Amino acid sequence: MAKITFDGIEVEVPDGTTILNAARAIGGGIVPPAMCYYTPLKGSGGKCRACLVRVAAGSAKDPRPMPKLVASCVTPVQDGMVVENTTSEQVLNVRKGIVEMLLINHPLDCPVCDQAGECDLQNFAFEHGVSTTRYEEERRTFEKIDIGPLIQLHMTRCILCYRCVYTADQLTEQRVHGVLGRGDAAEIGTYIENIIDNEFSGNVIDVCPVGALTDKTFRFKQRVWFTKPVNAHRDCENPKCCGNVVLWYKGKDVLRVTARKDQYGEVKEWICNTCRFDKKETSDWTIEGPAHIDRSSVISANHYELPVLNQSIVADLPESSTRDLEQNPPMRLGN
Amino acid sequence: MGRKLLTEHINVEGIDTFEVYRKHGGYRSVEKAIKTMTPDEVVEEVKKSGLRGRGGAGFPTGMKWSFLAKPEGVPRYLVCNADESEPGTFKDRQLMSKLPHLLVEGMITSSYALGANTSYIYIRGELLYVLRILEKAIAEAYANGFLGKNILGSGYDLDLYVHPGGGAYICGEETALLESLEGKRGNPRNKPPFPAVQGLYARPTVVNNVESIAAVVPIVNDGGDEYAKIGVGKSTGTKLISACGHLNKPGIYEIELGVPVEEFIYSDEYCGGIWKGRDLKAVVAGGSSVPILPKELILKTAAGENRLMTYESLSDGGFVTGTMLGSGGFIAMDDTTCIVRNTWNFSRFYHHESCGQCSPCREGTGWLEKILHRLEHGHGSERDIDVLASVAKQIEGNTICPLGEAAAWPVSAAIRHFREEFEWHIRYPQEATRPGAVFPGKAVLA
Repeated sequence: MAKITFDGIEVEVPDGTTILNAARAIGGGIVPPAMCYYTPLKGSGGKCRACLVRVAAGSAKDPRPMPKLVASCVTPVQDGMVVENTTSEQVLNVRKGIVEMLLINHPLDCPVCDQAGECDLQNFAFEHGVSTTRYEEERRTFEKIDIGPLIQLHMTRCILCYRCVYTADQLTEQRVHGVLGRGDAAEIGTYIENIIDNEFSGNVIDVCPVGALTDKTFRFKQRVWFTKPVNAHRDCENPKCCGNVVLWYKGKDVLRVTARKDQYGEVKEWICNTCRFDKKETSDWTIEGPAHIDRSSVISANHYELPVLNQSIVADLPESSTRDLEQNPPMRLGN
Repeated sequence: MGRKLLTEHINVEGIDTFEVYRKHGGYRSVEKAIKTMTPDEVVEEVKKSGLRGRGGAGFPTGMKWSFLAKPEGVPRYLVCNADESEPGTFKDRQLMSKLPHLLVEGMITSSYALGANTSYIYIRGELLYVLRILEKAIAEAYANGFLGKNILGSGYDLDLYVHPGGGAYICGEETALLESLEGKRGNPRNKPPFPAVQGLYARPTVVNNVESIAAVVPIVNDGGDEYAKIGVGKSTGTKLISACGHLNKPGIYEIELGVPVEEFIYSDEYCGGIWKGRDLKAVVAGGSSVPILPKELILKTAAGENRLMTYESLSDGGFVTGTMLGSGGFIAMDDTTCIVRNTWNFSRFYHHESCGQCSPCREGTGWLEKILHRLEHGHGSERDIDVLASVAKQIEGNTICPLGEAAAWPVSAAIRHFREEFEWHIRYPQEATRPGAVFPGKAVLA
């Protein structure tokens, strides 16, 4: 076991736990955001840099601070480590920079995006970003691509978290898509036009943090916050499918079926495409009751309970947690 | 004239063949190491020599070797990083194509020191002709019993392979190189774990630059102490400097570390001064990623001392008034050079070569390039300089691998030392974008 101090709170976790998971063991508003890390997917993380934290003391043996901010999702804890997240001005400023970087090539048209309301990037930008942009160059855009009859890929919105690549690697027999190209020309694709067609392909929709991979059977049917999530299950024939899902109702109609996500937006148990796309009648399912959405989300705001805001549990937050980037003069339009 | 430890015989006719190379003292270090020394003694010699990594970071090679994890029954690997693609750096290419046996010899001796039975040379994809030269040299080494099973009857086995990359700059980053060598997409890995613990195929691995490996040969031949006598302070031995730009005699020079920069630029023994009788404006001392310095600061430190070609002297003053020795890609610019254009050119390179894995680098390098492109073409606005500096700062230190920093440093440094020239581009775009326009000096902004 290793004992670490995270934002002044002590927690004991098994050796080899990452800093992020140690923070999640504490919970609340001190948990660093994660845009690419996904606990069930081996090898994910370290890419988006949203979860950077400052290690003020490396370990009990070697209490020197680490020279750079580290990605908390891939850095294992050491006994006696002291980590600063919301208590470090540097971390909060860098995080604002990361939001800015993720948004410069991402269209800011949430009102017409199907992911709005359950978008990790939207939440991330809302909670950690700034309200102005300094970017005045042209944004990178792509055509929408149909990768099969069920999933649509819109690279313009992609933040290259690699989650869908790991999902295809680890859930399915053969991955047919991957990251092509380099730098900001990198894109998710199949190289030669191909259909992502296997029993678990639908899970890439659930793991996508943004609106890059969307469910074609649900696209633009309804805004998510007008639908009611209901937990349900069925005995699925597929041995790899857990059969535990969330049905999204509008009136009496099941508009879509998704896997269940935890409070960090992670799917713990995968579902097959039959459950996801073919079973859209209430009679297919055993209803368990309203789904508990305990993420900070507009979905929960509309229905069953008050939104779970990221309540600060640390007193005396640095000033920058509420203020715009210092070096960020608002852009004057027409300048 | 300084001593030449690596390139002494570089111009000997037929030195790329085994016979000629052997006649000039080749493969002595292999014999000496395998027959008379234990692997640990070789590591000890390298430690004593004070040799520092010649690929750019300048990390002590002996220390790197001693960090290598040595669990029982697990193979270890030595990988030579020959993916030299930093703009301004072209020393390894020359060394490998003229003296292929020197690298092969260094690889055998180093592999023996590290206990590696399989070693790789990862060579830049564009250097296919060098790859053929190396493969021929390796075949000759096999034929003469210096590679393969039971080398020189010692019971030590070594197989050496050359592997060409696909032509990506990022594969010169050691973990991206290992990924690429494993046949995957060349994305840098998150560290820790470091290659010394989990490198190639998740086995302990040492990755060294071509020149570092080659330098092991004279170190073993003459002893680490002898090698350490050359140079100044912690910068020991000789270093290949690939000098290019507006010089009278651009080329590759093997210098003893400690030569004054002024002597290196102006003396006839080295670069022979600035071409066309012009004045020096700025120098990028160690490959495009290190901070650019104006003439005053490259010849003298901020404290007024003579700047020497050593790791310490060049980085004197940190990044405020200093730079780095880096990989030894020495780019000199005369007084007609447009710094904005030059910075844009560097930025364009890093934008093109960013792997796109982590967000600050993927998005930031493109952003820098776009702003610089606008500035250079006369469409800048007053706030652009501050945005540039701030974007560079946002990339620096927040990325997976050093490419982010490599992209940010030249931009920050150019703004730090040549801010007026950027302002001139913004305030007088018509003059600044005229073909052949030369910055007339600060007075124009008054």
